[in-house]
Amino acid sequence: MNWHKIKVIVRKEWAEVFKNRMVLFTVAFLPLLMTAIPLAIIYGTGQAGMGDSVTSEVPAQAISAMCPPGLKGGECFQVFMVSQFMMMFMILPMAIPGTIAAYSIVGEKTTRSLEPLLATPITTAELLIGKCLSAVIPAVIATYGAFALFALGTWILVANRALLSALLDARWLIAIVIVGPLLATLEVTFALMVSSRVSDPRVAEQISMVIIVPLLAGFFGQMAGFFILDRNLILLIALVLVGVDVLMAYFATKVFQREAILTRWK
Amino acid sequence: MIHTENLTKKFGDVVAVQDLSLDVREGEVFGFLGPNGAGKTTTVRLLTSLIAPTSGTAVVNGFRSGTNDNDIRRTVGVLTETPGMYDNLSAEYNLRLFAELYEVKDVAGQVEKYLHMLGLWERRNDPAGTFSKGMKQKLAIARAMIHEPRLLFLDEPTSGLDPEAARLVRDFIAELRKEGRTIFMCTHNLDEADRLCDRVGVFKTRVLVVDTPGNLRNSLFGRKVVFHLRETSTGFVDAVQKLDHVRDVKIVDNKLVMTVDDPEVQNPEIVRVLVGAGADIRFVGELRHSLEDVYFQLVKA
Repeated sequence: MNWHKIKVIVRKEWAEVFKNRMVLFTVAFLPLLMTAIPLAIIYGTGQAGMGDSVTSEVPAQAISAMCPPGLKGGECFQVFMVSQFMMMFMILPMAIPGTIAAYSIVGEKTTRSLEPLLATPITTAELLIGKCLSAVIPAVIATYGAFALFALGTWILVANRALLSALLDARWLIAIVIVGPLLATLEVTFALMVSSRVSDPRVAEQISMVIIVPLLAGFFGQMAGFFILDRNLILLIALVLVGVDVLMAYFATKVFQREAILTRWK
Repeated sequence: MIHTENLTKKFGDVVAVQDLSLDVREGEVFGFLGPNGAGKTTTVRLLTSLIAPTSGTAVVNGFRSGTNDNDIRRTVGVLTETPGMYDNLSAEYNLRLFAELYEVKDVAGQVEKYLHMLGLWERRNDPAGTFSKGMKQKLAIARAMIHEPRLLFLDEPTSGLDPEAARLVRDFIAELRKEGRTIFMCTHNLDEADRLCDRVGVFKTRVLVVDTPGNLRNSLFGRKVVFHLRETSTGFVDAVQKLDHVRDVKIVDNKLVMTVDDPEVQNPEIVRVLVGAGADIRFVGELRHSLEDVYFQLVKA
């Protein structure tokens, strides 16, 4: 494995893809939106002084599982609502790199730049790792940045230290720092697989976004109180994702057939 | 530099290249001629280890295809059918990227050398997408040369270029030839092949013939000599036809056209016979068949 060549591919992808305003918009806008919404909820619910009447409208089991002792009903509601956005912060690193990854193979084929690239002494693994990292790294940086903004905003908005520590507990850190990059890798490897098989960048992008659907189902499942995303569950998800990512990376390398890409695509 | 034995490539039931057995020697410019769909690009892809053969073997630069693919890619340069530049990136970045992938030692120096050599230095910071077709082709040639390969594959190097750009590319190929590089060139331009190539292979799924353009002409058409006379007569035809080494004598306007085995040796005798028969010779020349004549004769056959 030649890491210099991988770095060259990463730099090339960034040099190319960030000249596209749409990609820049996707990378910047979505994280800002995902940060603004939970902060607005914290601010709004705090200002309104929501009390026990509101907490009665959300699943009691969910509230009690998330709410540490010592917090009032309205504060528990804040913790519950903002916790729902943890799932959104996990979706973020999946949504951002889809465009970059889907474009990376199909786009090269449509501009006919893939053949000269494949004619160089770069292995399939080096090429795919380079393309994968070029999509995962911006997504992870944007997610970490968004979470840092969220943490800062929460610190400013919430005066109650107990509520602050409930909002920014270890679950968040595990979800953002570990699960986020793993989900981004899952999305990118899937997008690369799709990208190796279709001949239109738009189709590649649309199909590759399908992988977000199970996570969205999880988001709504948690909202409905079907399960609680606690620390153990997040760690289990992280463990499963490591295995899935390794498998997906293996399949992405297998699906990327130089010959088929060069000779069958028109 | 290139040695293939029964190299075959099939796509399903379609045979793209059949039993290609070929030797390309070091330092020669080898022209690969054939109609569209003959399998020329597939052959280049096979020889550059971009695709794998169905059967047969190919040894390029001493490396066996299928076993040492990365070594083959490392040591050859390829100009693909379409330039395929990164249009959003500058000309300089395009070259730098490939120089780094080929692990060139002096990246900046090599990039500068080829940008100067191909007249692109002034436009080095412009996106490749703003370049004309000719400029993109020159940039693609620079990219193929950036790691100084001794063996270069050029797939239709002047296709679609205006005469000026085509000439510049041809001159550059001639320079590379002088440097002793081996060039495998696919082309439709028979005049170009005639001027640049030491040997040509006429190809249509399989190799029809391989030889120097001159030998191909001679083997197919013989060598024809033209005697321009003040006036012709059938008596002159009768006189030269008596010579053993003269065949197919024809009168065309005020000219006698005949096939001769070795004009350098036999022309003086023919001149003596014609003068003896009373012919007034104005000029003697050789009728040269173009490579196009050779090509059509072979491909149609």
